[in-house]
Amino acid sequence: MIIPTFLTSLLGPFLGPLAWMVLKIIAIILPLLGAIAYLTYAERKVMAAMQRRRGPNAIGPFGLLQPIADGLKLLGKETIIPTGANKLLFIFAPLLTFTLALAAWAVVPFEQGVVLADINVGVLYLFAISSLSVYGIILAGWASNSKYAFLGGMRAAAQMISYEVSIGLIIVTVLLKAGSLNLSHIVEAQRQGWFAFGLLFPMFILFFISGLAETNRNPFDLPEGESELVGGFNTEYSSMTFALFFLGEYANMILISAMTSILFLGGWLPPVAWLSFIPGFIWFFAKIALCLFVFLWVRATLPRYRYDQLMRIGWKVFLPLSLLWVVVTAGYLVASGTLPHTGG
Amino acid sequence: MISSLLFYLFAGVLLASATMVVAARNPVHAVLFLILCFFNAAGLFLLMGAEFLAFILMIVYVGAVAVLFLFVVMMLDINLRRMRQEFKRHLPLGGAVALILAAQLVLLAMAWKTDPKALSVPMATNGLDNTRALGGLLYTQYFYPFQVSGFILLVAMVGAITLTLRTRKGVLRQNVTRQLDRSVAEVLEIHKVPIGQGISDDPKP
Repeated sequence: MIIPTFLTSLLGPFLGPLAWMVLKIIAIILPLLGAIAYLTYAERKVMAAMQRRRGPNAIGPFGLLQPIADGLKLLGKETIIPTGANKLLFIFAPLLTFTLALAAWAVVPFEQGVVLADINVGVLYLFAISSLSVYGIILAGWASNSKYAFLGGMRAAAQMISYEVSIGLIIVTVLLKAGSLNLSHIVEAQRQGWFAFGLLFPMFILFFISGLAETNRNPFDLPEGESELVGGFNTEYSSMTFALFFLGEYANMILISAMTSILFLGGWLPPVAWLSFIPGFIWFFAKIALCLFVFLWVRATLPRYRYDQLMRIGWKVFLPLSLLWVVVTAGYLVASGTLPHTGG
Repeated sequence: MISSLLFYLFAGVLLASATMVVAARNPVHAVLFLILCFFNAAGLFLLMGAEFLAFILMIVYVGAVAVLFLFVVMMLDINLRRMRQEFKRHLPLGGAVALILAAQLVLLAMAWKTDPKALSVPMATNGLDNTRALGGLLYTQYFYPFQVSGFILLVAMVGAITLTLRTRKGVLRQNVTRQLDRSVAEVLEIHKVPIGQGISDDPKP
């Protein structure tokens, strides 16, 4: 590694590694922001194609500059803070949402050994971050001092907590099979076969659906159900504060897709061994793109759930099923003697 | 050096936000300061190398318990003026309880001694990461206490549900099993209606 040694010699033993770390963070965040911007474009194009429209096509070739135009427009708008709002929390909520959506990427392994922080409990970190993101929404709803926003925030809180329970249990089944909480180890454990195909296939489906609910996407986008709640929790937000929520939502979509790829689709591993000449991160990005496409596909296809249906499916279907599958997986692994070896 | 700096940062913010939990006027702010408390406690756990505990604290307390707190507190209709009026009335009793508690804490703190053995317990659990070490302990040596505490929580949960569950009459509910059980023959009849006669309301002969 030539750059860190150069930086250390340039800036000294303390600032040098620090600068290197900042560079690495920027190297993750900048492409991520680009991906978020073009995910909005992809969403509009994909949905347009599914509905036999053209989608954005006026700005730039094939409308490729549309996200930039949208971003500039939002930047130029005035930020309106409602009179009755709690100013500090009103501004803090979108910042929190966006920061958390970015912070989660610290532990995501892009390729063997290419990860910002290779921590032992990477899965728990991701889970903790995704369970924190509810605060952005609930605070936005409360601080807006508006009943629509408040109802949206309450719905989001109830929904996200409900689905987190089953996501946690689904992750437990993966951990049972992988025998580690480290994301890189989980990917490595899938060399013999991706977890999505095999015993954990039902959990793969459940995880993806719970991911839709966790990111408040269709068909579970009740927190912002415009037919009854105007805009939901972000009713009162405008300009960049709104944009941060919007970007946070898309960043969370990418994150859930990345989690699906890591936990079930073998992360950076190629599907068959002879394809391993293609670099791992390309496989990883391809898998994320596939999951994202399904996200958009679902949005263009399915109608919104009713709130009681959403709650029933979470607590009465997903939770018992995932609990059952924890027992089944553990039983199978012990009975067949394939439980990953314990001990350090 | 950095770790002790971080310790004082986390501990300082922890104490300050704990004070603010009690002192904050707005109950929602109080809950938010409580969340800040949890965060800093998680930071302290991380500094001690107990990453599993730190993240479980974040997931369980910050991610679930505090959300429910916030949920309830936001829904409550708290009249601050009335609370301030009653403050004076409850001051003597509350003050007395606080004084006694403080005195007990001070007495306890004066009698505090650190077991020299406690300091020499090795942090690292012979090469295991601390998730495995904790799991090993909980499911072997402390299996029964662990299960019993689980049962106590279960009892509390069942109790809370039975206390608050009420079935109201006249509420329309969707019963999916019943909907799916219906057959065409039960709900649909096909009549051949003769022209000019219509159909009678009488049930089938």
